[in-house]
Amino acid sequence: MDRSNQASPTRRGLGRRRFLQTAGAAAVVAGGLEGILAARRAPAFAQGTKLHWVRWVDFIPESDVELKRQMPEASKALGAEVTLETINANDLQPRITAAVQSGSGADIFNFQYNWAHLYQNAVVDVSDVASEVAKAEGGFYDVWAPSCQVGGKWLSVPHSIVGNAIAYRKSWLKEAGASSFPKTWEETHKLFTTLKKKGKPYGQTLGHTFGDAPTFTYTMLWAFGGAETDKTGKKVVINSKGALDSVTFMQRFWKDACDEGGLAWDDTNNNRAFHAGELSATLNGASIYLVAKRQKEKIKDDKGEPLWQDIDHSPLPAGPAGSYLLFLNQSHAVMKYGKNQKLAKDLLRWVHKKENYGKWFDTQEGYSVGSTKTWENHPMWGRLDEPLKMFRTAARNTRLFGFAGPSTAKATEAFTKYIVTDMYAKAVQGMKAEDAVKWAEAELKKIYEA
Amino acid sequence: MKDPDRPIAGGAGGAADATVAVARPPVAHSRGWVRMLESERMLATLLLAPTVLLLGTFIAYPFIMGVWLSLSDTSVGNIGHFVGIKNFLKAWNDSIFQTAFKNTFFYTFWATIFKLALGMWLALLLNRSFRGKRIVRASMLLPFIIPTVLSTFAWRWMFDPTFSVLNWLLYQTGFIVTKVPFLSDGTYGMWCAIVVNTWRGMPFFAITLLAGLQTISPDLQEAASLDGANGWKRFWHVTWPLLKPVTIVVVVFSIIQTFSDFQLIYVLTGGGPANSTHLIATYAYQVGVATGLLGEGAAISLFMLPVLFIVVWAQLRYLRRLEGA
Repeated sequence: MDRSNQASPTRRGLGRRRFLQTAGAAAVVAGGLEGILAARRAPAFAQGTKLHWVRWVDFIPESDVELKRQMPEASKALGAEVTLETINANDLQPRITAAVQSGSGADIFNFQYNWAHLYQNAVVDVSDVASEVAKAEGGFYDVWAPSCQVGGKWLSVPHSIVGNAIAYRKSWLKEAGASSFPKTWEETHKLFTTLKKKGKPYGQTLGHTFGDAPTFTYTMLWAFGGAETDKTGKKVVINSKGALDSVTFMQRFWKDACDEGGLAWDDTNNNRAFHAGELSATLNGASIYLVAKRQKEKIKDDKGEPLWQDIDHSPLPAGPAGSYLLFLNQSHAVMKYGKNQKLAKDLLRWVHKKENYGKWFDTQEGYSVGSTKTWENHPMWGRLDEPLKMFRTAARNTRLFGFAGPSTAKATEAFTKYIVTDMYAKAVQGMKAEDAVKWAEAELKKIYEA
Repeated sequence: MKDPDRPIAGGAGGAADATVAVARPPVAHSRGWVRMLESERMLATLLLAPTVLLLGTFIAYPFIMGVWLSLSDTSVGNIGHFVGIKNFLKAWNDSIFQTAFKNTFFYTFWATIFKLALGMWLALLLNRSFRGKRIVRASMLLPFIIPTVLSTFAWRWMFDPTFSVLNWLLYQTGFIVTKVPFLSDGTYGMWCAIVVNTWRGMPFFAITLLAGLQTISPDLQEAASLDGANGWKRFWHVTWPLLKPVTIVVVVFSIIQTFSDFQLIYVLTGGGPANSTHLIATYAYQVGVATGLLGEGAAISLFMLPVLFIVVWAQLRYLRRLEGA
């Protein structure tokens, strides 16, 4: 007998047909799939409403600690589980783009500058919340409406403004013959040329980073009378005498007075370099001072004394056209794809309650100012050190990029592409000032005049 | 083929009309399924379906989506409209894109050359017998297995404009009197990126070429030695011709990976200073994801496609020629 044609029971059990039969039956019995399909919905799980809030990693770590401490309280008050996530500020925009395009992600995002214009179709109208905050606190600073309002609607709720100033070493400036910080850029050039020769340069980033680079380069442009566009925002006017003068000045200032490593810095490098005694001055928020004071045992000067005692702040020097400021403003937007938009608005209301906001504001110690003048009168200012008090009213007069036109989404595009910053970066690396300005003009035209 | 469900005629010696009942499947309607699966074509389709689904979801769909985005003015939160090749023209005339395009070729060319040369040298060394050979071989893979972001952060610290350990070392040993602008100068920045890419990619070359070397019979080397061939001649006339197919494959893979590199530049320089180290991938990310101009970003990234297509086509052609030989 030919036994090869007789499959043994075992072999037959492993055959294709048997396998499919067994697997099919097992799926039906074990999975209960029919029941699920009949119900036409996923199995119900015990679940509470969740709210996800994304903010930048604050340069004052204690403030993030305070906000995270508040979240269980917010959860309890709102009856929802609120999660606060902090991420690197340079990663906020990629994260927002990914969330909007995929239609899922955080319910509330931390916006900076005028991002409300850029993401206007992805966020909900929060005029009700903004109006309540403004009404309760006597109105926002002027910079907020062009930053967060689009077509008369508030698309993000103003939260706070990070002021900036030049942090400098008092004793080093004194040694170089300056009793206070210079009032003009020309005087600043002269002073820091002397200091750089002593190995104590001025520190400034011209890298691709969100804070310290643009807050320096845009204001440098304005101080010499330059602007990106005319008042309509539709005509690029950067190829001007003012812009050219500012770039020419920057070339001299960079070579004679600055730490030339700044081309590769992000927003943290100047903090570290200043604390390490490598810089005599740098444009920054109050974080250099605050961190030096809070870590006084670690951060010391060349004589072994706590460094914070030797730090003071100065506003940006003036150019031929004056002195202007660009501050980093922070707002919050409720995303359109979110399933809990009302709850998200309620969270923002809760965050802006005086007792809650006040606790966070207190930890900032002047690094951020509030979105309204009310916070200029907070008792915290009374107990701050003198070098920090200049930030109290700092937000009253700050410009936005896009000047002299409105700060639209196109201005944000130019900002995000670092065109103004790169104009200076190219020039200090050897490109002729005229060519650097022409390059910026060509790039800006593709944005504003397209 | 017999119908499996039909009663089978009795065995030898059985009555002609006697039948043996075979247990029926418990679910009557499953009979149709089983019959369908008897078809080779149907079964093949079913078995291939998951793969096709995966490829379709994760490769074809994103690719088609990318092509559509590149032909539209889609920006974040805004549904785009068809704009033809406007985004491609805009990118082509964009000075930052032109820099990124040139940089990508420069970076890929030099990084691949260095990886090949050093990888080959390392593979030849590791092909010899010495004490601790296994440990050395295993440790050689370290740069390759450490996550790129992590190792690039370490390199970034070493190249830091203010606190660079390399600058400190060079200064202490008297080689320099002023800091080397590793990342704060465009030219230095690009070469630093090439060094890090070479460091990271060399083990892949070395281990693959080593595998190729070990398939070459030692008899051939011995025969060449007996014929009086020195080390170089043995390498050039014996080792290299036999190693060439593996080398071509590994070089092509490396070109593809290096040409589309993103992580390393993003972490090391962010494309700066002043866009001087941007590659196509990092610039596409900046425009598409950071700025939110998804259409323009997709168009920029699609400029990589023809180049990579030519590379892959050349590789396939070469391999086919080898098969034919």
